[in-house]
Amino acid sequence: MATSVQGRAGRPAPGRVVAGRVASGAGNPWLLRVGSIVVVLGLWEWAGAASVNPAFPTCSDTLVAFGEMLTDGTFAAAYAETAGPLIVGVLLTAVGGVLAGLVMGLSPRAEWLGLPVFIVLQASPSAAIVPLITFVYGIGFTAKVFAVVLLSAPVIVLNSYRGIANTPRSLVEMSNAFLASRWQRVWKVVIPAGSGLMFAGLRLGLAQGFTGVVLAELIITPTGIGDLITYNRSVADYPAMFASILSIILIASVSVTLLQRMEGRLFRPEMRPA
Amino acid sequence: MTDGAGIASESGGGVAAADGPEPAVRVVDLTKEFPGGVRALGGVTFDVPKGELVSIIGPSGCGKTTTLKIIAGLIEATSGRVEVDGAPVTTPGPDRAFVFQDFALMPWATVLRNAAFGLELRGVPRREREDAARAYVDKVGLSGFEDAYPHQLSGGMRQRVGLARALAVDADILLMDEPFASVDEQIRRKFQEDLLELLSGEGKTVIFVTHSIEEAVYVSDQIVILTRGPSRVSNVIRPGVDRSGGSDGIRRSQAYLDWVEQIWHELQGYLDQ
Repeated sequence: MATSVQGRAGRPAPGRVVAGRVASGAGNPWLLRVGSIVVVLGLWEWAGAASVNPAFPTCSDTLVAFGEMLTDGTFAAAYAETAGPLIVGVLLTAVGGVLAGLVMGLSPRAEWLGLPVFIVLQASPSAAIVPLITFVYGIGFTAKVFAVVLLSAPVIVLNSYRGIANTPRSLVEMSNAFLASRWQRVWKVVIPAGSGLMFAGLRLGLAQGFTGVVLAELIITPTGIGDLITYNRSVADYPAMFASILSIILIASVSVTLLQRMEGRLFRPEMRPA
Repeated sequence: MTDGAGIASESGGGVAAADGPEPAVRVVDLTKEFPGGVRALGGVTFDVPKGELVSIIGPSGCGKTTTLKIIAGLIEATSGRVEVDGAPVTTPGPDRAFVFQDFALMPWATVLRNAAFGLELRGVPRREREDAARAYVDKVGLSGFEDAYPHQLSGGMRQRVGLARALAVDADILLMDEPFASVDEQIRRKFQEDLLELLSGEGKTVIFVTHSIEEAVYVSDQIVILTRGPSRVSNVIRPGVDRSGGSDGIRRSQAYLDWVEQIWHELQGYLDQ
């Protein structure tokens, strides 16, 4: 018996073959990545220099403005203000949204009650609802947190719900056959099986959270990074305005990527390259 | 062999056990109706003698898997009962372990954790359960793969993990639902031989669902043939193939070939209906 398996072991397992091919296809990722960034920035520089529009600065002017705002503390001050509602909102939604999705995935009654609300919320244009928030929560911190929650909650809740509701039947049956208690089944099978979709929801939710906080700062009260964008537009400092926009895009992308890395490192050992 | 001495007729459902000791599992007049009125089982009755390997065979859709899952306590019967060691059961219990057709391995867990999962659910301390699981992972021929993940294994190797998991909980009765159905033919034969070798020292009672006549005759002490629409036991056979000649000897023996032929003729009759 052992010999036959040893024989098989000599061949690469199918999963490894695929992984190997993917890795070789992206053999020089740095060259590709840097290359694509250089091409985009080059086009930007060219378009800016060609004076497509007086409000469209060149790439170099924007980067200079970016450097200045970074060094003189403008960004630091703006993000100190923006970060508060964003972090509070995203944390609230992450915990509450995953829990809500979990409950809806496990209980048909909660599903019946909650699912339509989040489907409608996801389908509705949230930017149109943001001004309504001021009627209820005014223009302060709470209103901005609410804007973040409003945008990020549906995608987090619905993805968590789908992850839980679509637990493979055979795994549930397996846990029953091996005498899992209800709690063990949820904790050891249902949640790990749904964690991929949950994390996808968290990543999308984080991205939506950035949208929410910027919307709030543009629509509700001009503070933080939203204020930086609005102010620089009003004084026609277009390089500074573009640098502000660029900064929020950068921070959002980096945050989402970090979350993905964290997921891979902490929760999905089977996805790590062998 | 050809005189039919090994055949117990359908009319006497309990005949197979009447002359033996107390059966490990007794299935009595099991019926199952699924929502919508589909009648899957129409009174299935058979006994499984202690320490024997009994396979359930029949045309697809004849309720083989449904019967096995009712024995496991995973599905509720509409009527009838299942007795394990004389006591009726309706839920899963520590006396039965299940091997799934689609392996049912957790993709996020290593081979070792998957194999130890039954013990983990029973609250066995980590070191203890991992030692037990390691021994069975080794026995099924996967030593060196303890830290691999299921997606890194072939189908045959994955089912070996499923088998190790079922053996690790040390249940008296092993329920196997078409365990080799998703495994290619060469691996399948090797796996059948390994299974017999592995079980020979364990003294376990095994109920084995298969759609392969050759497989049933090769591995079984007793074969329960089910017919469909709704499912009933059409025949219980004890092939009694002489296993002393090794696997090649068995597959070439006249008794083996006769039984395969006879079961095929019997099933063919139902296919024509």
